[in-house]
Amino acid sequence: MNSFFKYFSEIFHGVKSLLTGMKVTGRYFFSPGEIVTQQYPENRKTLKMYDRFKGEVIMPHNERNEHRCTGCGICETSCPNGSIEILQAKIDMPDGKKKRIIDKHIYHLSMCTFCGLCIKSCPSDALAWGQEFEHAVFDRAKLTKILNKPGSSIIKDIVE
Amino acid sequence: MNFSLYDFTPFNQWIDKFLHSHMSSFWAVAVEMTIIGLAILLFYALVGLFLVYAERKVCAFMQNRVGPNRVGPYGFFQTIADFIKLMLKELVHIKNADQLLFNLAPFIIIIASFMAIAAIPFAKGLHAIDFDIGILYVIAVSSLGVVGILLAGWSSNNKYSLIGAMRSGAQIVSYELSVGLSLVTIIILAGTMQFSQIVEGQANGWFIFKGHIPAFIAFVIFLISSTAETNRGPFDLAEAESELTAGFHTEYSGIKFAFFFLAEYMNMFIVASIAATVFLGGWMPFHMGGWAAFNHIMDFIPPFIWYIGKTFFVIWLMMWFKWTFPRLRIDQLLTLEWKYLLPINLVNILIMAFVVLMGWHF
Amino acid sequence: MKEVINLPVKNIEEEEYHINMGPQHPSTHGVLRLVVSLQGEIVKSLKPHCGYIHRGIEKMCEKDTYPQIIHLTDRMDYLSAHINNHAVCLLVEKALEVEVPERVKYIRTIIDELNRIASHQLWWCSFGMDMGGLTCYFYGLRDREHILDIFEESFGSRLLHSYYTPGGLMMDIHPNFQKGVKDFIKYFRKKIKDYDDILTGNVIMQARTKGVGILSKEDAISYGVTGPSGRASGFACDVRKHDPYGVYDKVDFKEILGTEGDTFTRYMMRMHEMRESMKIIEQLIDNVPAGDYTAKMKAVLKLPAGEYYQRVEASRGELGVYVISDGNKTPYRMKFRSPNFSNLSALDHMSRGVKIADLVAIGGSLDYVIPDIDR
Repeated sequence: MNSFFKYFSEIFHGVKSLLTGMKVTGRYFFSPGEIVTQQYPENRKTLKMYDRFKGEVIMPHNERNEHRCTGCGICETSCPNGSIEILQAKIDMPDGKKKRIIDKHIYHLSMCTFCGLCIKSCPSDALAWGQEFEHAVFDRAKLTKILNKPGSSIIKDIVE
Repeated sequence: MNFSLYDFTPFNQWIDKFLHSHMSSFWAVAVEMTIIGLAILLFYALVGLFLVYAERKVCAFMQNRVGPNRVGPYGFFQTIADFIKLMLKELVHIKNADQLLFNLAPFIIIIASFMAIAAIPFAKGLHAIDFDIGILYVIAVSSLGVVGILLAGWSSNNKYSLIGAMRSGAQIVSYELSVGLSLVTIIILAGTMQFSQIVEGQANGWFIFKGHIPAFIAFVIFLISSTAETNRGPFDLAEAESELTAGFHTEYSGIKFAFFFLAEYMNMFIVASIAATVFLGGWMPFHMGGWAAFNHIMDFIPPFIWYIGKTFFVIWLMMWFKWTFPRLRIDQLLTLEWKYLLPINLVNILIMAFVVLMGWHF
Repeated sequence: MKEVINLPVKNIEEEEYHINMGPQHPSTHGVLRLVVSLQGEIVKSLKPHCGYIHRGIEKMCEKDTYPQIIHLTDRMDYLSAHINNHAVCLLVEKALEVEVPERVKYIRTIIDELNRIASHQLWWCSFGMDMGGLTCYFYGLRDREHILDIFEESFGSRLLHSYYTPGGLMMDIHPNFQKGVKDFIKYFRKKIKDYDDILTGNVIMQARTKGVGILSKEDAISYGVTGPSGRASGFACDVRKHDPYGVYDKVDFKEILGTEGDTFTRYMMRMHEMRESMKIIEQLIDNVPAGDYTAKMKAVLKLPAGEYYQRVEASRGELGVYVISDGNKTPYRMKFRSPNFSNLSALDHMSRGVKIADLVAIGGSLDYVIPDIDR
């Protein structure tokens, strides 16, 4: 008799647990307001990334096309993957001395792991995170970027 | 000819008379059969495509997502796009497969579900064949599909497929029993196996209400076991995506895969329409005893709509199961059948017979 | 004349056959290959083949400086990236005898626990999917999104953060961080009931997991199964309790131990741990002291020559970092004791004699992350 009772209580508890589960899915079925899915390409206009978002490494330039990079190469050595290459140039200063400046700050986006060590280690705060995240391109070469814009120069007040 | 949405019999008779007056009776029957065949084929394709879409949308809402929404309004044409993709895909040639059986299997499955659909009454007069043993015929034909699954699993020469096919064999053979017995419960109440008479018998109340408790138990058992018979979750052991990758149709591609896919949904549609016909009154409108005005409004809705509505309600119930429960294990599946469903079913038949004998039903 | 070959007559019922589960298989959660020897549906033995995603992280560490190593550890157990970072940071701080500010310790502890919840949420998703309940997957991911949003706001990335540095943090937490965490806990306390309703209490799920894949306490210890999987067998192995780091010695939390050691207990351990983690966060989130977000560190970190070991409680078990330094700025040898590798080694022992479906459930309850096994 005891096992007979157990048989039915098993069925009862089983069915009850199944109905509990069905209640959850049923509730979501009838409350489509809880859907949190974003419609990505459509919401591109309104999509706002967080201000600390790590999209890519950029070099901010001011309105006079000046940046803060001295070409010291600390970012190059601190990068674990070799995604940064610094090409330096020498210019003649008015006082006859030669000074090293940045020629090209080459950034390989394809190799970057977004660890942030270049930005953290930069002594003159020349690098920053960009918010751009749509990096898909058809040509791999497009992922190699030159961060200092053509014709740009260093902001005057930066001392090495 | 007076055509109405409420009774298709005059329409059918008109076509019949028209054909017989223009050609010999052999050709008239041949043309009629072709028309019916084409109509069912069209219906089959449309319902299959719609069900795939419906399943995606329903599961998406249950899972708190949006579901397909890119192709067409609300993603309505998504399944058509998928179907075109499947048609254009390469049929992968399996080197060590048993070619004849491998190619035959999808057709067996799809023919089995095709044959079952012939016996289902969609509305008054909209009925391909009205057997006097309709229920027996449907049970017999729908279990032919397992042959296709077994062949597919065996001939693919893939161990995952074989495991899936063997599981499905064990599963369908045992659940066939429950499906049959739960229908027998209603046959006792209805006193006939003919679908048209079963539907007529529910003119003053659906069998699920007429037979109260035993009919309700039979309905629940039918739902569970027919879900198992169509290899749908939580009984989708033959496919068992996380265990057997795709089970018996692992090696199929392109249109052959589409056949399996379509047949799965059509089987669901067939069992749902049997449930709707036998338990929920088929195309009979919902009537309340004594409420004449209410009954009149209900009569105004065409029977075809009633039938589709009930069928989709049952399909929705089955989707609700599928997207809520985890999958059973093969031994638990058989335990559920032999230790729970079958004994309850047998006792239920006795109770139903008793109820009918004593005249306690409505 | 034809030569008659007498083939040995085999009893088909006892014949074993092998299937390859993976490297591409839905239930192996990555590129793990299990060669499973089956008799019918019964698993007779199985052999894991690792190395499909071996990237040589330990070797790569030998050419990197200590701050650079951090970002590689993210990529081992990517679901508990912060905790992996924490291990290396603690090791460097211990070797250099740096005292990190209290604020850093608090923040690190909070973030570790958040990371643990996120990792267990993903585990719950994939466990549900292994059991065949696909709906679980979306509920888990939906709730995990909230944590990832908190992470993204503060650290800029969602999965691989590289947020900890030896001596402190990359930057201070975002001003919205505390509010976001509190909102999340309020939200998740509500939603975790859904988890119980849909999966924990479900009769099918209980029937499939109870008494399946039993690992005894002795076996758990001898295989080195740690984390929630080890604690389910009664092996008290919570590093947070027994070798506290961060501020775990100041907070009140339980080390939950199971007794059964079956799949269901392993499941329950993680469900309990999510609740415990929320309790830890609630105790800390309002009491984060003000101060610096990093200690004063030298520009080039050189560990004194010697051997160092540091262990932390990652979301899947005990993560150990072992370093031999020869006094240079790069380690001479670096070794990770990853929890998943040891947990995987017990899979064969646990799954003998069960069905394929149970093997998938056991695998799901061990919660392995393949990049952590192969490194």
